Amino acid sequence: MSRIDVRKTYKLFIGGAFPRSESGYSYAVNDTKGAFVANAALASRKDARDSVVAARKAFPGWAGKTAYNRAQILYRVAEVMEDRRPQFVQAVRQSEGLTAARAEKVLDEAIDRLVWYAGWADKLTQVIGNANPVAGPFFNLSTPEPTGVVAVLAPQESSLLGLVSAIAPVIVTGNTAVVVSSYDRPLPAVTFAEVLSTSDVPGGVVNILTGSAATIAPWLASHMDVNAIDLTGIAGDTELATSLEVAAADNLKRVRRAPAAEPDWSVDPGLDAMTAFVETKTVWHPIGS
Amino acid sequence: MTFEYAPAPESRSIVDIKASYGLFINGEFVDGRGTSFKTISPSTEEVLSEIAEADEADVDLAVKAARRAHARVWGRMPGRERAKYLYRIARIIQERGRELAVLESIDNGKPIKESRDVDVPVAAAHFFYYAGWADKLEYAGYGDRSLGVAAQVIPWNFPLLMLAWKIAPALAAGNTVVLKPAETTPLTALLFAEICQQADLPPGVVNIITGAGATGQALVSHTDVDKVAFTGSTEVGKAIARAVAGTDKKVTLELGGKAANIVFDDAPIDQAVEGIVDGIFFNQGHVCCAGSRLLVQESVADDVLERLKRRMSTLRMGDPLDKNTDIGAINSGEQLKRIRELSEVGDAEGAERWEVACDLPTKGFWFPPTLFTGVTQAHRIAREEVFGPVLSVLTFRTPAEAVEKANNTPYGLSAGVWTDKGSLILKMASQLRAGVVWANTFNKFDPTSPFGGYKESGYGREGGRHGLEGYLRTPHESAR
Repeated sequence: MSRIDVRKTYKLFIGGAFPRSESGYSYAVNDTKGAFVANAALASRKDARDSVVAARKAFPGWAGKTAYNRAQILYRVAEVMEDRRPQFVQAVRQSEGLTAARAEKVLDEAIDRLVWYAGWADKLTQVIGNANPVAGPFFNLSTPEPTGVVAVLAPQESSLLGLVSAIAPVIVTGNTAVVVSSYDRPLPAVTFAEVLSTSDVPGGVVNILTGSAATIAPWLASHMDVNAIDLTGIAGDTELATSLEVAAADNLKRVRRAPAAEPDWSVDPGLDAMTAFVETKTVWHPIGS
Repeated sequence: MTFEYAPAPESRSIVDIKASYGLFINGEFVDGRGTSFKTISPSTEEVLSEIAEADEADVDLAVKAARRAHARVWGRMPGRERAKYLYRIARIIQERGRELAVLESIDNGKPIKESRDVDVPVAAAHFFYYAGWADKLEYAGYGDRSLGVAAQVIPWNFPLLMLAWKIAPALAAGNTVVLKPAETTPLTALLFAEICQQADLPPGVVNIITGAGATGQALVSHTDVDKVAFTGSTEVGKAIARAVAGTDKKVTLELGGKAANIVFDDAPIDQAVEGIVDGIFFNQGHVCCAGSRLLVQESVADDVLERLKRRMSTLRMGDPLDKNTDIGAINSGEQLKRIRELSEVGDAEGAERWEVACDLPTKGFWFPPTLFTGVTQAHRIAREEVFGPVLSVLTFRTPAEAVEKANNTPYGLSAGVWTDKGSLILKMASQLRAGVVWANTFNKFDPTSPFGGYKESGYGREGGRHGLEGYLRTPHESAR
């Protein structure tokens, strides 16, 4: 007789801790062939609100770190991912139905993407900020600053590369994030949460909710203490995207709109995912005695 | 000691205001189909002209003209040629500067010294600055693909200057525009339409349509515009954000503010007082980035207030065309009503009002420079944008408290810091959640310097290299 599995029920990641959903609900996660893999917590409105509180609390500390320090921390996340290769490969295979070789490749790209973004921490300001030669005796400098708390609807299909590509640009610039993972493919996000908790990312900087974007996102889109929302994860759902964008207008959140279809995450992402969530601050200093 | 000034009015004979104006569509003035309205001088209530109202069909014609001009002419024209048109416009604005300044002061009510020394020269400078970008877009970092047709709606506080902020970068990036000036201040935009004709700008590249809220709504909601740029109230900005939801229109919003002007005890007090006055009484306080909350360190609060009141008493209010006038007329009866109402709420909530004793003209819309002391963060005059010459004074003890109070607002457009200590300036500047921070100065603007807000003060930047982003489609946006 074969050994009976220890069936797992994964939890949420909020404020650096792993709570169960406040709602008490969980849902079954199957692999692409329909076989049961594990249970995931079904995040509720309350979990979303708790995550926003955690993200807001973490924001000043994270935004206030030196860019070099944020770069180090993101690079450290990449290192810890390397340590957990087998677990990620298995999660990606189960979630996306890939061969072992293809799943390895996805993991390689996800880690490389994180390393790429880590390096931006202390370079973006130099690339998109500048001194302005005003017509007067002033020293005038424009620099990017983080927008604040960003809600991220992670991609539904690309459960690891897409997830990392959505989170990294938000946090490398000093924002904190509330992430709603893929509904059908949440397990790479759960493993990623475990990586975050065992690397040097302060609690609350990234909060990961497993569950339905359609259920949770309206609460995030209308939340008055969320500064921005990335709708990439509901690509193609024009109706939901429109309603979320309308709700986001209540406090003029910065909205990264949903594309018509999920993007190809293997291409060079450019700066847009970072510049969508920074504010340009311009400071004028008089020159004189 | 008081000085007597003889009146020194700028002659208005230089301007030729027509009895009525049509819409400027496809290079020509045409009749509007809506109900025409009157524009008046807010300092005298004299009717200046009858202005056409664009209805939905007119808006559609203007958008179609802009679309054609983009597809056939402007979107294909080499940048170096577009640049020359913009340089021409900049030159004509300079050449007709006095005419524009007088017209602006008549229609808006602002003092001639401001329209002459700020609005008009800075408007010309914007066209000069962006003209130079037209053939250098690939170096700016946002690609060189124009969006198409830009719908632009501007406010009444800086009519010509806001037009320049909108039109110059749009045209430089290869877009065509349909612009709606504010209902109460259409005249300089209509003179600008004549300037476009004088510059032989191809028809349809710039279209100016007049009207009120309904016209603006029809314009920003038109399905064939690619870009919406709006400067105005946060309330209307939110309505626009809802109206464009689900479209791929690119949007920039430059909205309200409730800026803190923070004075530390080591600041050069006389300079700070000048900065406070400039911050809140410049342009009658009709400035979205006005320093409407004075945060003064407790130890110097009495001294600052005493000197501030003395300085306020020397401000000269009256005829906008008088070269000695510091404070002009409130732009409209409606705005005057709002300023009065919020000031009365200030009284009712227990703040103490002090205003400059002066005789107000019997005709026109006037409100004396006013400050409120004993204001708490909960008071409406400390939270809501008055958009008038009304200053709320609060105090603080530590830099941390100043930051806390300054950031305690849904707005985030601007802030001021006054101190002699360089390291404190940099610390404060980094902690203030505002798009523009003025250190030991206030209300400075320049075409090279990006302007725009955090939080509910809007999104996107106008001015500088950053100001191009809102009018170009980056390669990665194109791929999405």
